[in-house]
Amino acid sequence: MQKKRQHKHMKSNLRWSIVAAPLALMACSNAEGPKTASATPVAKPAEKVPAPFPSTYKAYPGVATAIRNVTVYDGEGGKIDNGVVFITAGKISSVGGPETAIPAGVMVIDGTGKFVTPGIIDIHSHLGDYPTPSVEAHSDGNEATSPTTPEVWAEHSVWPQDPGFSRALANGGVTALQILPGSANLMGGRSVVLKNVYARTVQGMKFPDAPYGMKMACGENPKRVYGAKGRMPSTRMGNIAVNRQTWIKAQDYKKKRDSGKEYTRDLGMETLAGVLDGDISIQNHCYRADEMALVLDMAKEFGYKVSTFHHAVESYKIADLLRDNGVCSAVWADWWGFKMEAYDAIPENAAILQNTGACVIIHSDDENQIQRLNQEAAKAQADGRRMGINISDAEVIKWLTYNPAKALGISDKTGSLKPGKMADLVLWNGNPLSVYARPYKVWIDGALMFDASNPKIRPVSDFELGQPGEGDVK
Amino acid sequence: MRHFLFAAAALAAFATPAVAETIAITGGRVVVGDGTAPIDGGTVIIRDGNVIAAGASVAVPADARRIDAKGKWVTPGVFAGFTRLGLSEVDAVKGTNDKSGGKSGFSAAIDVAPAIDPFRSPFAVNRAAGVTRAVVAPEAAESIFAGQGAIADLGADSNPVTRARAFQFAEFGEDGSALSGGSRAGTHLHFRAMLREAQDYAAGRGNFDDELLKAEDAKALLNVLRGETRLLIHVEGANDMLRLIELKRDFPSVKMVFVGASEGWRIAPQLVEARIPVIASALNDLPATFEMLGATQSNIGRMKDAGVQVAIGMINDRDSHQLRYTTQYAGNIVSLQFVPGATGLTWDEAFAAISSVPADIMGVGDRFGSLKAGKAADVVIWDGDPLELSSAATTVFIDGVEQPLTNRQNRLRDRYARPTEGDLPKAYDR
Repeated sequence: MQKKRQHKHMKSNLRWSIVAAPLALMACSNAEGPKTASATPVAKPAEKVPAPFPSTYKAYPGVATAIRNVTVYDGEGGKIDNGVVFITAGKISSVGGPETAIPAGVMVIDGTGKFVTPGIIDIHSHLGDYPTPSVEAHSDGNEATSPTTPEVWAEHSVWPQDPGFSRALANGGVTALQILPGSANLMGGRSVVLKNVYARTVQGMKFPDAPYGMKMACGENPKRVYGAKGRMPSTRMGNIAVNRQTWIKAQDYKKKRDSGKEYTRDLGMETLAGVLDGDISIQNHCYRADEMALVLDMAKEFGYKVSTFHHAVESYKIADLLRDNGVCSAVWADWWGFKMEAYDAIPENAAILQNTGACVIIHSDDENQIQRLNQEAAKAQADGRRMGINISDAEVIKWLTYNPAKALGISDKTGSLKPGKMADLVLWNGNPLSVYARPYKVWIDGALMFDASNPKIRPVSDFELGQPGEGDVK
Repeated sequence: MRHFLFAAAALAAFATPAVAETIAITGGRVVVGDGTAPIDGGTVIIRDGNVIAAGASVAVPADARRIDAKGKWVTPGVFAGFTRLGLSEVDAVKGTNDKSGGKSGFSAAIDVAPAIDPFRSPFAVNRAAGVTRAVVAPEAAESIFAGQGAIADLGADSNPVTRARAFQFAEFGEDGSALSGGSRAGTHLHFRAMLREAQDYAAGRGNFDDELLKAEDAKALLNVLRGETRLLIHVEGANDMLRLIELKRDFPSVKMVFVGASEGWRIAPQLVEARIPVIASALNDLPATFEMLGATQSNIGRMKDAGVQVAIGMINDRDSHQLRYTTQYAGNIVSLQFVPGATGLTWDEAFAAISSVPADIMGVGDRFGSLKAGKAADVVIWDGDPLELSSAATTVFIDGVEQPLTNRQNRLRDRYARPTEGDLPKAYDR
C-alpha cells in the first residue's frame, strides 16, 4: 500500500503528499536529526575556500547555425515575424528581421511555419531527487527528520539518470531547471540549477556559476509532518516561530563569521548566512496570500529577500503587494482543490498578476507537466483574455524563459535570445502556445541536444537502455 | 448583487427544461463525435432533452428558439472516460473525500452512486469546461475489487447519476498485487476465488465462505460473472494484460475493459483478438513504475491503428478535479501526428475518443457521446477548436437543459480582478 499511495500521489499532483510516505518509514528513527554532524571544521572568514562540488559541465560542440523565415519570441516580450536567429560558438550571435546577415558556409534551417523561443526554464522541478521510476528507493527529496535542514543540498540527491530529463527536453523544450528539496521542512535545503544535459555525475549537469537557492515552505506541510510527530511546528504560528528562531541563530552565526575570529563551520548556518549575504536566493513554497504577506515581513525583520513564491495559488489576492516587493510568483495554470491551501486557486491567477505588474513564472513541480509548460502558459493566457486581460504571446513566453532565469539569477546567461547569451533555444514545429505544437529541435549552449527528425539525437538514460521502448518517441 | 443566491438561482433556473421548447443551434461547425469530419454551417435541433437532428441540411422548425453559432464549434459534450468526479471536494480533507470505501469491510458491493455529490465544486468547474458526462469509479482500498461505479452527468441539478452500478472496478498489476498479499499470483488467486465464491453463493452452497466476500459483495460479483455489469480493470503492464487475457478465457462471459494500459501498444494485436476495449491514459510517457517501462504518448495511436477500441480516461491523474484536461489531452494526441516517428490520432478520431468511444465502451453509446437523432442533448458550443488551449465552452446543454457556467472560481476571479480594496474590505465585494 505504501508504494501504491506514493505512486498515486505522484501521479495526481502532490509533491507535498509524498512526504507522508518516507515519514512512515522514519517514524522510529531518532526524532532529533543529525543536526551537529556537519559542524566540525574551523575556518577563518578570510580563507577563500573553493566552492565544493563545482560544476564540470561543458558545452558540447555545435555548428554555427542560422534559422531563417521563422517567428521569433525573444523571451523578453519581443516578437519578430519572418526573423533570423544565428548561433555560433555556443552563443546567440544575432537575432533580427529578414535582413539579418547570415554568414556564408553556416548551416541554414528554413523555419517557415515554425517558431523559435529561448529554452524553457522550469524553476520548480524534482527531476533527479524524486525520479522515475517512483520507487521508495528513489525517494530522495525530503530530509524529513527535522523541520529545518538548511544543511542539505538537493544536488546530493539528484540521480542524473532520471528518464524524466529526456522527456522534459524532447516534449517540453526545457533547457535549464532548478531542482529543489521537497516541502516537508520549513527550511528544506539548497537547490541546484541544472542544464538539461545528461551527464555521468550531477556535477556534469550543474549550470556553471548559477547562484544557489534555498527552499522554504509555508503552511500545511511542515506543520502536518512535524505535528504528527508531536513536535514543533504543529501550527502555522509554530511555523513562523521556528523560522524566526532559526534566523536569529543565522544572524548570530554571520556575526561570528564576520568578526575576524576563528569560528566553527556549520553547514546549515553557512547556507542561511549565504541568504543573509544576498548570495543565496529564497525559493519559498507558499500557497496562501496571508502567509506570503507574513513571510515578506519576516524577511524584512531579518534582512533577506524572497526571490519567488512557489505554488502561489493565491498570489492574485495580493498581486499589488508582490509587485511592490519585487517578488515573483511561480504558479500552475489551474491546479486546485487537492488540499485546503489550494482551495482558492483560480485559472486567472497569472493574468491578474501580470495585469497588476507583478512577476509571473509558470512552473511544474511535476514530471509530466514539465513537458507542457508552454501549454500551461497558453491556458493561463486564455483565461486572462476571457476576463479582459490581453497578454501578448511574446509576453507569455517570458513567463517560461526570462522571468524564471531572472528569479534564478541566471538571466545574464540564458533566458532570452540576446547576442552573447548561451545559445539555449527551441525551434517549435508550430506556435508553442498551441496544443498542436511540439519541439522540433532543441539546442543547449549551441549544441543540438534534441532533433525530432533524427532518432539519434534523442537522449536515452542508462535506466532505459535495454528496456522495452528504449529510444522510443515517448 | 448580480450573483445573489447564485446556487439557489442556478438550480431554480436550470433544473427543469422549458416545456417542449425546441432549440436550433445554427451556423456552427458541427462535430457529430463519431469520428466523422466536422460539418461547416451545420444545424443541431434539440427538443425534450434529446437531439432531434444534427447535420448539414437540417430544417429549422418554425417555433424553434435559434442560437446563432456562426464562427463557433458545436459538439457533443465531453464524455470523461474515467474519473472520481463528485467523490471529493478537497482531496486531502478526509471528511470531503469519498473515493474509497474499502475500510467499510465491503469490496465489490460498494456503490459510489450515493457518494457522488453534484454540489461539490468539481461539478461546476468541469461543467464550465464542456464536460457533460463522466465515468465515476471508486478507489480500491482493501480488495482488488473496489466496488461499483456509475455514469454521472454534470448537470446543475440534484440528480447526478445517469446509471448507477454501471460497472465494477478492479485493480491488477502493482496496485492489485499490493491489495492481494504482495504478489500478482495472489491477485489471480483472489480473482478466481472471489468469483467462485460468488457462484457458490448463488447456488446456495454451504461452502460459501465470507472470508473473502460478504453476501453483498457476492451479489455484485455475480453481475460481473454473468456479463451484466462491465468489469473495468486498472492494469498498466504488457505482461499483466496478457495474463488477464488468459484469465478471461476461463470467464468468457466477463466483459473486461482495461483502464490505464500504458503498455497496451506492446500487445495491441492480442487486445484486438480478445476484443477488450481500453480507456487509456493519454500522456503517460514515463516509467513511473516497472510496469510502465514502455509508456509512450504514442500508445493510443498505435492501439487505434491496430484496431483496438480506445478512449481517453484519467485514472489516478487529477481524476476528481481536472476533467477539463480531457480536451487538452486529446489535442496532444492530435499533435503527435506532426512528430516524426510518433503515432497520434486525427482530430476527428481524437474527439471521438472523448465523446462517442467512451460512451460506446461503457455500453451507453445509444444514448450519449454523439450528436445523433434520439440521443441525449448533451451539446456544447465552443468559441473555437475545442481541443485548442485558447478555446472555451460558451454554452453547455445537458439533457437539453442549458447549464449555468458560473462557479466558485469565477467568483473569486471577479472579486480580485483588481486586488486592492475599495471603499470596503473584499469581504463585502460580491
